Amino acid sequence: MTIARTCVSAILKAAIPLLFAIAPALANADTLADVAGRYRIDASSRIGFVVEQIGGGGISGDFKKFSGVFALNNGDISRSSIEFTLFPESVNTGQSRIENFLRSDAVFDAQNFPTVTFKSTHITQTSANTATIDGILTARGKSSPASFQASLATHDRNAIVFHVEGKVMRSRYGMDVGTPIYSNVVQFNMTIHGQRG
Amino acid sequence: MLRNDAESYGVVTILFHWIIAVIFLGQILLGYLMVRTGNYALQFSLFQWHKSLGFLILLLSGLRLLWRMVNPRPRMPDGISRIERAAAHAAHGFLYLALFVIPLTGWAVASSSPLQIPTYAFNLVVIPPLPLAISDQAEAFWTMSHAWLAYLSAIVATAHILAALHHHFWKRDAVLLRMLGARRPAPVRPHADPLRIANKDTRS
Ligand code: HEM
Ligand code: HEM
Repeated sequence: MTIARTCVSAILKAAIPLLFAIAPALANADTLADVAGRYRIDASSRIGFVVEQIGGGGISGDFKKFSGVFALNNGDISRSSIEFTLFPESVNTGQSRIENFLRSDAVFDAQNFPTVTFKSTHITQTSANTATIDGILTARGKSSPASFQASLATHDRNAIVFHVEGKVMRSRYGMDVGTPIYSNVVQFNMTIHGQRG
Repeated sequence: MLRNDAESYGVVTILFHWIIAVIFLGQILLGYLMVRTGNYALQFSLFQWHKSLGFLILLLSGLRLLWRMVNPRPRMPDGISRIERAAAHAAHGFLYLALFVIPLTGWAVASSSPLQIPTYAFNLVVIPPLPLAISDQAEAFWTMSHAWLAYLSAIVATAHILAALHHHFWKRDAVLLRMLGARRPAPVRPHADPLRIANKDTRS
């Protein structure tokens, strides 16, 4: 009895740390196979941006209306893809005069160009849970390459969350109004909630 | 030459007067037009030009005042009544004040606006905001003050310009000429005017 008990506790003592040690590795190994599939970008996502201004501070805000889908390829991340559309009319900065300026033909010209779209062309895995997404961004009728960095935050069976960051040169889309007082670089900081379906 | 003397204005005073006069009148026109355009992108850059030029006026006016303090003032030509003298003093005093107060109230507009748009004079120098309350009401108050003072000074400047023209074309004295750089006009007018001498010659 005592021998058996000692044996069990010794095995448990050895096994528990071992489990802790391999659990993250297992999770990583599982990730791709686990999460593969098609997702729709959920409205709970946040599309935040910052444009810095000379002397410190800047304009920050987010877009309230957007939609998109992405497909994560089983086994080969580089064959995944994403398509994203946002509606500049829904820009939000907490200051209506700035929002009207952004919607006007000085910036987005939301009346004539109601959407801004992004279509991935190539996705490169950069570590166990990060990837670079290259694609074509179209705004105000102009298309130009843009690149974003994505990192996996969490996931479960039906949902997945990425943090996505990227810098966009607005002059490439005919939106250079206000430079150099306001930076030419728009820094995107997004939380993308994907829902299977 | 550079400095004023008892009879005439030196080059520095003259340059200050005309450079500031041109920018000042340009600022009133620019200010009037820029708040009335519906083109947002154009409006943004016109506002930045307006702010830059306004600060240039403030800087030049500071230097001008210092220069004025260390220079003699040419005496007024003869034959100017006490009322005219007082009116000229009042107008010049008002215009000097305007050259400082209008840019300062403009600076207050930019500083109190919730938009907090930086001032980057001529895309060269960042000018910090004045430490004022930031709100829509504060901005509206300073905008009103700035606009009223600007248009009031436009009226005074018009009177000032008409007075200068009156001196030149009506009274035919040296007031305008010496602000244009004429040196020590001879005391008796008709002989000092080459055109008239020429006329006389052809007539005789
Ligand atoms: C002597 C120099 C200046 C003159 C003569 C001048 C004149 C004017 C005039 C005539 C307007 C239009 C007012 C209206 O119709 O509503 C205006 C508007 C304005 N000025 Fe100036 N200004 C001067 C300097 C400045 C400076 C230095 C600044 C800022 C740093 C400034 C900022 C503004 C702004 C922001 C407005 C627009 C106000 C609005 O929102 O309607 N100004 N100015
Ligand atoms: C473009 C039209 C203008 C004309 C023809 C003109 C003409 C003159 C003349 C002839 C004088 C000399 C007066 C004297 O000797 O006592 C003078 C002085 C002066 N002008 Fe003008 N001016 C003009 C525009 C302006 C403007 C727009 C301003 C506003 C900033 C201005 C501000 C002054 C001031 C402050 C003085 C007094 C200078 C001093 O005593 O230090 N002038 N102007």
